[in-house]
Amino acid sequence: MRRRYVRNTARDRRAERRARELLRSTAGDEALETYERFGLMSVEREEYGYLIYPHRPLVAYDAVSGELLSEYCVRFRDGSDPEVGERLPDADDVLAKWMALRADERELIRTANVHPLGRQLDPAMVRRDLAALRTWQRRHEEVHA
Amino acid sequence: MKLLRMTPGKGDVLLAEGDPAVAEDEERLVSEFRRQLDLGMWAAVPHEGPGGSREATMVRDFSEVPADAERVIFFPQAAGG
Repeated sequence: MRRRYVRNTARDRRAERRARELLRSTAGDEALETYERFGLMSVEREEYGYLIYPHRPLVAYDAVSGELLSEYCVRFRDGSDPEVGERLPDADDVLAKWMALRADERELIRTANVHPLGRQLDPAMVRRDLAALRTWQRRHEEVHA
Repeated sequence: MKLLRMTPGKGDVLLAEGDPAVAEDEERLVSEFRRQLDLGMWAAVPHEGPGGSREATMVRDFSEVPADAERVIFFPQAAGG
């Protein structure tokens, strides 16, 4: 008989807990705190940055002005076990994007489908997330300076 | 060194573990590394960058994995969404 996906909340919760520990040990305590507070991670270069949402597009922004630029739709699907579905736990999905951006940004962006803002994510929500993240990061830096 | 793979429904699973300086362990690590790439996985090595920042490097062959790397993390290849 063909196996098919069966939702299992307890299993998914355990997987997410494990994924968060991998995120912490790989990207650091601050990255985990960012993820747990805001539900996202970020990678920032000198002139631009990305907000990384789980199972949603990357959103590029101008690091100076905060202007949102584009959505980059990219997925990491694993169909090796149909019973558990194809989606990685949320924290693994953001960590996979974070590692790929850190290690080979050009390859990841080349793979992604580029869409104008608002295709999948509400730009007003993303602006609020970016503003809240930057405020928190500034305070965090002041405290740890 | 540990080879870990992100998986749906479980989080990361340990695929293989060993000391690459020991021939028997290295053989097992290389074999599992190749198997994961053949399955279409990407492989990243997390490490510390300048100033203690957290970084990751993609590797496409076991010979590219630094000898002192603690972990290699496999995850599905990216596709356009």
